[in-house]
This record gives sequence, structure tokens and C-alpha cells, in this order.
Amino acid sequence: MFFTYLRRELRRRRKTAFVVASGLALGIALVIVVGSVSAGMGRAQDKVLESLYGLGTDMTVTKAAAPPGANDTGRGPRFEFDAKDSGDDQEQSSDRVLVQGFQTLASSTVAEVADQDGVADAVGGLSLQVLKVSGEFKRGEIEKAQPAQPAQPGGAGGGEGRVRGGGAAFGVDSFSVYGTDVTEPALGPLTSSRITAGRTFTEAETDAKVAVVDSAYAKEKKLGIGENITVSGTPYKVVGIATAESADAAANVYLPLAQAQTLADVKGKITTVYVRATDSQHIDDVKTAVRKNIPGTTVTTSADLAATVSGSLSTATDLAASVGKWLSVTVLAAAFLVAGLLTSSAVSRRVQEFGTLKALGWKSGRVTRQVVGEALANGLLGGALGIAVGVGCAYLVTAISPTLTAQLGGGGGGGGGAAATVTGPGGGMGGPLRQATGKAVDIALTAPVSLTTVGLAVALAVAGGLIAGGFGGWRASRLRPADALRRVA
Amino acid sequence: MYQLKGVTKRYRRGKDTIDALAGVDLTIEDGGRLVIQGPTGGGKSTLLQMLGGLDRPTTGSVELDGVDLAALPEARLTRVRAESIGFVFQSFNLIPTLTARENVETALVPLGLKAADRRERAAAALDSVGLGERLTHLPGEMSGGQQQRVAIARALVKRPKVLLADEPTGNLDESMRDEIMELLEGLWREHGLTFVMVTHDSALARRAPRLATIRKGRVTVTENAAAS
Repeated sequence: MFFTYLRRELRRRRKTAFVVASGLALGIALVIVVGSVSAGMGRAQDKVLESLYGLGTDMTVTKAAAPPGANDTGRGPRFEFDAKDSGDDQEQSSDRVLVQGFQTLASSTVAEVADQDGVADAVGGLSLQVLKVSGEFKRGEIEKAQPAQPAQPGGAGGGEGRVRGGGAAFGVDSFSVYGTDVTEPALGPLTSSRITAGRTFTEAETDAKVAVVDSAYAKEKKLGIGENITVSGTPYKVVGIATAESADAAANVYLPLAQAQTLADVKGKITTVYVRATDSQHIDDVKTAVRKNIPGTTVTTSADLAATVSGSLSTATDLAASVGKWLSVTVLAAAFLVAGLLTSSAVSRRVQEFGTLKALGWKSGRVTRQVVGEALANGLLGGALGIAVGVGCAYLVTAISPTLTAQLGGGGGGGGGAAATVTGPGGGMGGPLRQATGKAVDIALTAPVSLTTVGLAVALAVAGGLIAGGFGGWRASRLRPADALRRVA
Repeated sequence: MYQLKGVTKRYRRGKDTIDALAGVDLTIEDGGRLVIQGPTGGGKSTLLQMLGGLDRPTTGSVELDGVDLAALPEARLTRVRAESIGFVFQSFNLIPTLTARENVETALVPLGLKAADRRERAAAALDSVGLGERLTHLPGEMSGGQQQRVAIARALVKRPKVLLADEPTGNLDESMRDEIMELLEGLWREHGLTFVMVTHDSALARRAPRLATIRKGRVTVTENAAAS
């Protein structure tokens, strides 16, 4: 009888049922869309951060940037070339291996960081920049005014002759090298890339002359597996090609850490410690502990990085978090209220019906259950409609995949030097962020609908039905049969 | 048997107090038939509601088979209504979305019968009022007389001891009125019910062996030896 009565009443009051269900559906669809788009933005941000950090890294530790001082002026590398004898315009080249940011930490910092509470794992990395300057000088020709006078090399000449032509043509080739801890392949800069050809380092290759090359760089330099790449005069065998999962790779070339340290002549030094926390909920605690216990370091968490993300991704995330959330809450609250009032109003119109049932011996509880059952069915109908619309919209967003741009960092990059002197990037942030400042990453937005979101929608539908049923049921339960029958007499 | 002693019912309407019943003493024997008549607002329906356990008196007692309905807790009073009292209303009070049989079944729901038993008894009750062919019809598809028959079947399907009817022919034309009255009187005789009916209709009142006239909340009972 319960279900027969319920079904017939819903059919009889289908307009009211439709209004109530539509209101709830709108609210629930909004919750699904906002929830799924927010999840999509979260994923997009994670992808952006992963491109900097690699998978599994919760924070990086770098040496705190020293304030600029008088000594900084001479920190850039200098390239010196000999002026050769007359007629010798052979190409000359010179390269320098520089530590990114000129700031290093002792390798022992890795162990210190690993000892902190809440740290699951820590590995060191050394970020280098290789600069190669190559070219040739060309001597100038002396135009003789008086053939008796000898030429003076390099001079502007006296009154006896003039130098014409001559000069220098030099090119600068720069690429990045990352020294990685091959014994910890699950953490570090290489985790932001996928090996697409060859292999990664083996744990035995701690000091081997092998390299993994980023696919874009390998393509540019036409490097293949088994070929050699020369870094500062040392040949390394390419064993793998790595492709960045998103955005840019952490480096052009990856070498075993010990090899990178040798190249840069910084034995026992690293630039970055990659840290994985035991619990993602306590990252801030770990950050505080590291900063307190290991002075002179800068700790950068993914939250710090996320805070530096700007551009349309950031704007959309803010919109979803603020406007979307409040819009959903407002529409849901309005839908619940309308559903409640309509159900309550329906009970008012049915006082004779409920009074008669009570006169026939129906308990108040049974009448209330009937009212709540109808409202709940309305809620579930609205929920189903809302889930269908919400999931449809979410799939539409995923199908369209609008592109959002994430601008990383706030412009902390320093300027390049002039001619053959190069100054490294500055800025206060450390680690990957220091390398990524000003980098723009395009991310396609998706709107994944999780089971949790669908579960939330069902819960909201049930809640909406119960709230509406609560309004109506409360009124129905308070009806006294005599009053109900008297009112219609 | 009903025994009402000193029953008063006082309503407050704004600052005014209305005595719908002002000390009613009344006895109705088992199987008896009583018609309540009186002017509008005289307290007829209020008295019927006291008899049906739909309302409680302000003072006094309403005993049905020795049990004071006025003092019963709500749950037990609901049970008495479900088991012992059948109601017929002037405007039929059928549920418009349910078929004739389902409407009759609503009276059996509180008794906790199985669905199959409910259906069987409802069909038999409708058959007994001449609507055996109309089981699946909705109220809107039936005439006023047929709807009142469904309401009568609903009142009697639980085999109550008491049948209370509030203006059962008030919404029917004259020919239908007689038809329904003959049906009610026939069922009263057949089932040995205690039958109490409120009516404005003096012609119907004259057919009852006992007539209770109620004015300003006071009841005067007269016997009608000529009535069958």
C-alpha cells in the first residue's frame, strides 16, 4: 500500500513533483559540476607542480639565497682566449660547468633532512648549467699608408697605417645537467619524466659515465641511444631518453650525481634535497622542523609552489573555490527550502485526506512516513536528474578540454650576463621553482566525476528529500483527525 | 454499548468561549440506531467525533464497552478507531489517486493484514455494496452515490462494532439518498451494528427508532416507536 499510494500521489502531483525535483536537480548538478571542475583544476595544478618536482616529492630543500653583496659581481664565469699569431684564425672554444644559482649544500644535508620527524625519504640532486663558448678571432688587416712602416698588431695604428676588418665571432651553447641519485629512482628530478627509449640509470651506476637525455634535447642534438654526449670534455654514453610528462623537463641531460659533482668540481655538494613526507597532512610540520633544525636552508613545499601559480588556471581555481562553492550552496539551500515549503503546502491541501486516514486508524507515524516517503522519492528523482545533468556537463567540460595557462613563479629570475660572463638566476625561492620562474604551462582542463562526488550528490538528494519530508511530515503528524475533518466540513 | 456522562466540549475562538457540548448524558445500546439532529453549529458533529474517538471532551467520559475513550492514550485510541469504529462522511473522503478497492484497503492497513487478505476482503466489501464490478475505478470515475458506497464498504470492511455516519446523504440527490439509506439500514440489520447518524434531513430522522436532538450543546432523546 505504501508504494502504491506513493506512486499514485507522485503521478497525481507530477507538476509539484517536477518543480521540487528540478530545484534539487539544479542544486545537485551545480555541486557535481563545481566539484568535478575543482577536482580537474586540482589535477591540473598537481600536473604543473609535478612537472617541477616530479612525482612523490612533497618539498625541496635548497640553500637559502644570500643577500646580494659586493662580492657577487665576480661570480660569473670568465672565458679567456688567446690572441693567436697572424694568420691563425682557428676556432677556439671553452666551456664552464656552473652550479645553478651558485648555492650549494653539503651532501650530508640529505642525511640531516632524512633524520627529521615526518620525513619518509630524501635524496640529493645537483643542478648544473653548462656553458660552451666557441668561435674564432680574425685579425684585422693593416692598411699601409707608408710601406716603410711595420704594422703594429691590434693597434689602431699611428700615423703610418690603419687597421681594417678583424674581430671575433663567438657562439654560446648552453644546456642544463642534473646530477641525480641513481640509488633512489623513485624520488628526484627524473620522476617528472618518463623513459621513452632505452632505460634509466641502474643503482650500480653511481659514478658511471652514462647519461639520460631529455627527448626534446636529444631531438635537437640528434642524439640516440648508445651515442655519446660530451659534457665539458667528458663523453657520456646515452642509455635512455626521457620525456617530460608535462611542461618542461627538469634538465636537458641527467647524469649520476657523482659525475655531476666531478664536472662542476663540487665534490660532496648538492643544490637540492628532494623530500617525501610520511604523511601529506603534516608537510607544514616537516617544513618547520627542517627550517629550524637545518639553518641556512630554504624549504619549498608544493603549497608554496601552488601559491606562485597564476594565470587562467589560478583564476579559474579561485572562481571554482569561491563563486562556484557559494553558488552551489545558495542554490541547494534555496532548493531545499522550496522543496520543504511545497511539501508543507501539499500537506495543507491534503488535510482531509490525512484526517480521514487517521480516523480510519492510521497512526501519525504511518501518515508521516507516507509524506516523508513521497518527499524522499521526489528528492531521489531530483538527485537522479541532477546527477545526469551534472555528469553530462562534467563530460562536456572534459570533451571540450578548455586550455588553462599556469604562470609559475613571480619573476624572480635574474638577468643574463653580457658577452661571455653569465650570472645565474637569483630570487628568494629555492629548488625547482628557482629554475621555473616565469615559465608558462598550458594545461587542458578536465572535470573528472569521482564516486565521492556522486555519493555526495546522492546524500544531498536524500537530505533534500528528508528536509522537505521533515517539513511536511511534521505538519502531518500534528494534524488531529477532528481538526482535519472539521476544517473541510 | 456507549455511555456518555457529563460530556462537555469547550472551544476558544479568540476571546470567546463556545460550549459545543454542555453536559451530555447519553446511552446507546449495542446494536442500537440513533439519529442526531439539530441546527447548524448545535454540536452534532462534535458529539459524533466524541463517539468516534476523534476528539476528547473537555470534561466527562465517553465509554465504549466500559473503556473511557477520553482517558485512553493516543495509540490505544487509534487502535480502537482502527478495529471497532467505522466512519462514513458527507463528502465521502475517498483518496482520489487510489482505486475503489485500494480505498477500501486503507481501512485494513492498520490491522496489519497481508496484502492478499486485504485485497480479498476489500473486493468482498465492495461486492456487498453492489460495486463488485468497479474495483479498479478511481473515485473520479464514479457517481456520488457510488463513491458513498465505496466509503460505506471502507467503513464496514474491518467488521466494526460501531458505524458512525456524518450526513452520509448530504451530497446526494433524493433517489440516491434513499438508496444509500436502504443500504445502511440493511447493513445495520445484517451486521448487528451500533449505528449513529447525524443528519439535517427530517425525513431520514423519522426513520430512526431513537432521535437525539441537540441544541446549544444539550441533547434531548426521543423514542420513535413507529420506526422500524
